[in-house]
Amino acid sequence: MPSTWDRIRDEFPTLHQQVNGHPLVYLDNAATTQKPRAVMTALDRFYERDNSNVHRGLHALSMRATDAYEGARARVARFVNAAAPEEIIFTRGTTESINLVAASWGGANLAKGDVILLTEMEHHSNLVPWQLVARRTGAALRYLPVTGDEGLLDLSALDRLLTPEVKVFAFTHVSNTLATINPVAELCARARKAGAVTVVDAAQSIGHMPVDVRAMGCDFLAFSGHKMAGVTGIGALFGRRALLESMPPWQGGGGMISSVDFHESRWKPPPERFEAGTPNFGDAVALGAACDFLDSLGREAIRQHDGALAKMAYERLAELPGIRLLGPRGERGGLVSFAFRDIHAHDVVTFADEDGIALRGGHHCNQPLMKRLGLTSTARASFYVYNEEREIDALVASMRRTLKFFGSAD
Amino acid sequence: MSSDLSDLYQHVILDHNRRPRNRGRIPTANRSAHGDNPSCGDQCDVYLRLDGDRIADISFEGSGCAISMASASLMTTLLKGKKADEAAGLYDRFHEIVTTGKEPEEISDLGAFAGVHAFPARIKCATLSWHAALNALRGDPAPTTTESHTD
Repeated sequence: MPSTWDRIRDEFPTLHQQVNGHPLVYLDNAATTQKPRAVMTALDRFYERDNSNVHRGLHALSMRATDAYEGARARVARFVNAAAPEEIIFTRGTTESINLVAASWGGANLAKGDVILLTEMEHHSNLVPWQLVARRTGAALRYLPVTGDEGLLDLSALDRLLTPEVKVFAFTHVSNTLATINPVAELCARARKAGAVTVVDAAQSIGHMPVDVRAMGCDFLAFSGHKMAGVTGIGALFGRRALLESMPPWQGGGGMISSVDFHESRWKPPPERFEAGTPNFGDAVALGAACDFLDSLGREAIRQHDGALAKMAYERLAELPGIRLLGPRGERGGLVSFAFRDIHAHDVVTFADEDGIALRGGHHCNQPLMKRLGLTSTARASFYVYNEEREIDALVASMRRTLKFFGSAD
Repeated sequence: MSSDLSDLYQHVILDHNRRPRNRGRIPTANRSAHGDNPSCGDQCDVYLRLDGDRIADISFEGSGCAISMASASLMTTLLKGKKADEAAGLYDRFHEIVTTGKEPEEISDLGAFAGVHAFPARIKCATLSWHAALNALRGDPAPTTTESHTD
């Protein structure tokens, strides 16, 4: 069987179009990736043949839909090497997964005097839910610093910050702005030693590299399907079974109860306890197909491909006058953020779009980090399995034209 | 470069972006207002010294794209010396220009912003400082945000 890598661009219909008279160069993958035919076909097939509400149904279609949904759960569990399918809760995505942990686990376990430890590089989705639960419970927030433009976590400060008051340490696997790959296993081990529960934001790593919750040793891991070749509206939370079993529901409704009376109800065990209402089974089935697709490419191969493109883009962009590049120079995740001294990121993005290149410009939902680095916005190019070296050539040429227009070319 | 893009980044806009007029905080200001565009992080503070209902002096501080900074700079040059109702009238004309692309009949630098209408996502950039200025004129201390008005 020929490797999917050989004709990878054929798998992604969206890529084959002209934008502003140029072939599309899609470099906004950290925001969302394009979808392969295999995923869209899985979604269509489900709705064309098996669509029916899951669980409790006694007819053929409902049983098929339930099998497909629970099969997707088992597939996702295998994808992150969870110990059992019951450790996977389907959510709308990373943001909802983290809100679930913060509201349910945080609401039941945090109190005044406790500390929530985060890092300065967190996306708003791993920051605002903790601010909300801190306000509700009286717990305090504390931050592990970032070293500066090279974007590493200051691990020398960790022992000082990981005091006995720290009940939870939540951090990102790969920074969506800096491209830093954090040493998750080490961070989890140190947190565990200090008695803190760990929450890993895997939004930027899940589709780009091997993610193994048991090797990491994390308690919770959150991710989105649409950043890993899946469709929008579906994601998952991994939680260690013992922790999930100890947690109260966070939303009530059908599907999550074992019995209901007028004044009180009893909850089902996880994962159903945390999936009130009709779940998003159609998109979950498509997420299972996305897992198959990525495993057929090999996640170690994806890591090398995306990382090599990002490193190459970093080196090529570094030659431009007045550019400031963020994140580590060596090994990095599949993206690169940059700012020009005299040109705002939105102008950069508008000029790139003129050349058919999709970039993102702004604070990337990293406002506190931006403030810390003295920036208001950066432009960001992010790569995926279908991107090619020639697209970095197009990016650099477009940046040169932009610099020339704004009169800062060398 | 396409004609749309060269219409957007006209000479007047590039000049104001490169050499902003009335930038910084005037120490004698008796009114100020803050504006921000949460979707992109652009920020703008406008400072006024009101003398009766006349804008005796005006300045701005902020960070943002060429369109938003040039718009703020040009606005300060146009509003200095104007009365509050004249300022509101100028904004109405500016708003029409950036949303319809119609160049004004009289000769005015405001016409440089006509190209914005072809880039709907950038209209908020052009109007941010104006909203802050009008809020300052009204004496409304609440920060204005591009999420709370329709343009």
